Amino acid sequence: MENPRHWRLKKQRYGLVGEECPHCHEKLFPPRDVCPHCGGEAKEEFTFSGQGEVYSFTTMYSAPAGYEEYAPYTVALVKLEEGPVLTAQLTDLGDDEEVEIGMPVEMVTRRLRSDGDDSGILIYGYKFRPVMK
Amino acid sequence: MTEVVIAGIGQTPVGEHMEVSLRTLAARAIQAARADAGGLRPQAMYIGNFLASVLSGQSNLGALFTSNSGLEGIEGVTVEAAGASGAAAFRMAYLAVLSGFVDTAIVVGAEKCTDVTSQDLETAMMQSVEYDYEVSGGLTLTAQAALLTQRYMHEYDLPQDGLAEFSLLAHANAVHNPNAMYRRAISPAVYQRAGMVSTPLNMFDVAPYADGAAAVILTRPGLLPKGAARRPVRVVGSSLITDSLALHDRHDLLAFRAAELSVERACRQTGILPGDVDFFELFDAFTIYALLSLEAAGFARHGEGWKLGRNGKLALDGELPISVMGGLKGRGRPVGATGVYQIVEAVQQLRGQAGENQIPGARRALVQALGGAASTAVTHVLSV
Ligand SMILES: [Zn+2]
Repeated sequence: MENPRHWRLKKQRYGLVGEECPHCHEKLFPPRDVCPHCGGEAKEEFTFSGQGEVYSFTTMYSAPAGYEEYAPYTVALVKLEEGPVLTAQLTDLGDDEEVEIGMPVEMVTRRLRSDGDDSGILIYGYKFRPVMK
Repeated sequence: MTEVVIAGIGQTPVGEHMEVSLRTLAARAIQAARADAGGLRPQAMYIGNFLASVLSGQSNLGALFTSNSGLEGIEGVTVEAAGASGAAAFRMAYLAVLSGFVDTAIVVGAEKCTDVTSQDLETAMMQSVEYDYEVSGGLTLTAQAALLTQRYMHEYDLPQDGLAEFSLLAHANAVHNPNAMYRRAISPAVYQRAGMVSTPLNMFDVAPYADGAAAVILTRPGLLPKGAARRPVRVVGSSLITDSLALHDRHDLLAFRAAELSVERACRQTGILPGDVDFFELFDAFTIYALLSLEAAGFARHGEGWKLGRNGKLALDGELPISVMGGLKGRGRPVGATGVYQIVEAVQQLRGQAGENQIPGARRALVQALGGAASTAVTHVLSV
């Protein structure tokens, strides 16, 4: 049951594929077919660069089921350079790496959950890591 | 237009009820409300519940609760809007009575969430977070509140103890509420020492999950039992507004737009401004929600909500009392039942039945519940 649900999101999770509104040219992620900026129909695919910056973040000390392996972990709102904001875990943070708002980050593909879904399929998708200086 | 009045209220204590099931909790609140309403028999039951399908493996509560409380055969249905489920159910009952299709309706908020581990509960609560694009990153409802708080601190100069006041106040107000989960005040030192849950939120920024059930009976004034001495509390404003489910889709992250619009509309229906109410029962599931709700309702400018926490302005004897029986933080947070508890407590105040917590001369209340991070906001104005 979970399988098609994740399969459907492959393009978004692996490729950061969203949409570009043909009317007002805003870039949309996640894709939703109706532009939240102008209300027009938006179905043209647009692939994001994966570059962005931390808009907000939190380090969680208790993890929900399926995420225990990562705890404590840091989740951020990432503002993509093309405009939209998305939610993603930060990864590859050094031991003394201080996360701060405005910090440049880039997309990488990682395993999202430690246990796989109900059918045992491991789920991969985007996380973001600090941009190497 | 028809007037809708509150004929009866009932509640069970909020806390961990290991020995009581969901249906029994609900039945107790229903019985209490029916006794308070002089035996008035409802023709419809609107239930506020969020987690029974996941935590108790039980849906179709309309059939369960009606038949288990001596009301078999009446209309009964669950209304779900995450943490605002109870308030949404209250609105449906209000609309039903207002429309004239239902003479008397009962609203029941019931939640049983302490049968599972706290981890399983937090995971269940993630149903109010967007599954495809937020949960996939491991984001919980608590972490959403933390993201709001971190950004708030970045944009505005929130002092180090700016959130603490809201937690302290809620706990202080719960001391004299016999139905509250925690009845001890906490000190600033206790707050400061508390362990981090999700930076920058500590344990005292997060309201505790609990079991509980509350009920309210709504009817038309002409149907109130003869000899009902007190002036009934009237429902004079009601509004439910939604915002994007995911935080990352908000146009203005810190604006709580649904909360703002629902306050505006509920107040406009009765021709008042938010400033005309005697108290504001807000939804302090997290301390940051209290701040953002005060700002959204227009009681403070953006970035200045924390200032209201200073100098006792929000205390029971202040200009704008909030969390008047302890709020979610002190009374406890029986998830989908919370919105009904808020109405019950506001009615206690407006009837002059709030005991030590009584706000002298309280005549008008603004009551607001939030589902998710204010992705659903339900606001009511009650008046005597
Ligand atoms: Zn557009």
